[in-house]
Amino acid sequence: MFGLLGLSPGLFGLFVVFGFMVGVFFGFFGMGGSFLVTPALLILGYPAPVAIGSSMTFVFGTAVIATLKHHDAGQVDYRLGGLMFVGITVGIELGSRLVFGLEVLGIAEAVVGAAYVVLLAAIGALFTRSAMADEEDDGAGDGRERATESDGSERDDVPAIAKRIQSYEIPPMMTLSDGSRASLWTISGVGGGVGLVSGFLGVGGGFVRMPAIYYVVGTSLAAAVGTSLFGGLMSGAVGAFTYGRAGVIDLGVVTALLLGSALGARIGSGATAYVDEDDVTIYFGVMLLLASLAVALGEAATWLSMPVFDRISFVLLVGSALFVCAVILYHGVLAVRDERRSAPSA
Amino acid sequence: MTGTELLPGASPSVAALAVIAVVLAEAALLYAGYGFLEDRLGPTLFDRLRRI
Repeated sequence: MFGLLGLSPGLFGLFVVFGFMVGVFFGFFGMGGSFLVTPALLILGYPAPVAIGSSMTFVFGTAVIATLKHHDAGQVDYRLGGLMFVGITVGIELGSRLVFGLEVLGIAEAVVGAAYVVLLAAIGALFTRSAMADEEDDGAGDGRERATESDGSERDDVPAIAKRIQSYEIPPMMTLSDGSRASLWTISGVGGGVGLVSGFLGVGGGFVRMPAIYYVVGTSLAAAVGTSLFGGLMSGAVGAFTYGRAGVIDLGVVTALLLGSALGARIGSGATAYVDEDDVTIYFGVMLLLASLAVALGEAATWLSMPVFDRISFVLLVGSALFVCAVILYHGVLAVRDERRSAPSA
Repeated sequence: MTGTELLPGASPSVAALAVIAVVLAEAALLYAGYGFLEDRLGPTLFDRLRRI
């Protein structure tokens, strides 16, 4: 079997374990596929097109599994995902053209690298700040502002900024699966923005897509994760087709990674029903900040011609992801045990 | 193994679609397989976790 896949048993096992970690991450947060897998494959010596193509195909497969799992829990807004995809496609085209334009000026690598570092740091800081504010507010009551649904009831899982954006009713308006309403302009703008970032940075964009759905369109965090996964499925399919045409997808690598991620994605997706997101969001924010540092080190390795920075960058990236994965599993086990304690009194 | 090796002589688009089909089939099989395991082993595992 290993001969058919073109992998040694050791490498196969490594990919299965790595896939499991990425799957947990992907299932829980709706992101984290390509920005973890691509550097790992590059470090292992795979050529860049093979690393990127195989990573995108793996993201597609994992997104299919995780979306199915979130679908079972009713956490995927297909209409929102479909509408966003139109904007994403246009944005990717604009982003890639921007990169080609910068390449003509000879500053593409520097600008793209700096933008990646700044963006990861900004999103990481946003999540960390939000999680810390929620913790402070917990003593005084509910940390999030309450938004009113169309039926008059209140939903407490929408950030204040999203509530404010939703209050500007610019037609045409569309109804989201949870009953709230959002302007088509907001949805298209978010899709276009996410696509622009994806095309510009050459990444899947889940780390932008999920926060954008949550903070700008204004869904619950669980729906943002599910809908982001659906977006990842569609963009992953496009990426897999594009790289598949070039014949650079290593199916052996994809299969081994999928074997682990299919289990991890089930556990990660299932954990969203048990684990309080507030317990993990702060770690997620810190992980993005560390990822920003890792990417900065990777850029420094190129500029200073010091490969050791590349290794440190990889260890930092995988180490922080492994830590957050362990935190999710730990909180999942705790939540299951707490459920038992509260069950007899319920 | 790449799509080109999977279907030698096929056009790039057909090879790419074959890769997508293989990954979709793998994802569906793994989803169903792990789902079956979850149904069979999940209750026991949860029970064990609750007893820790």
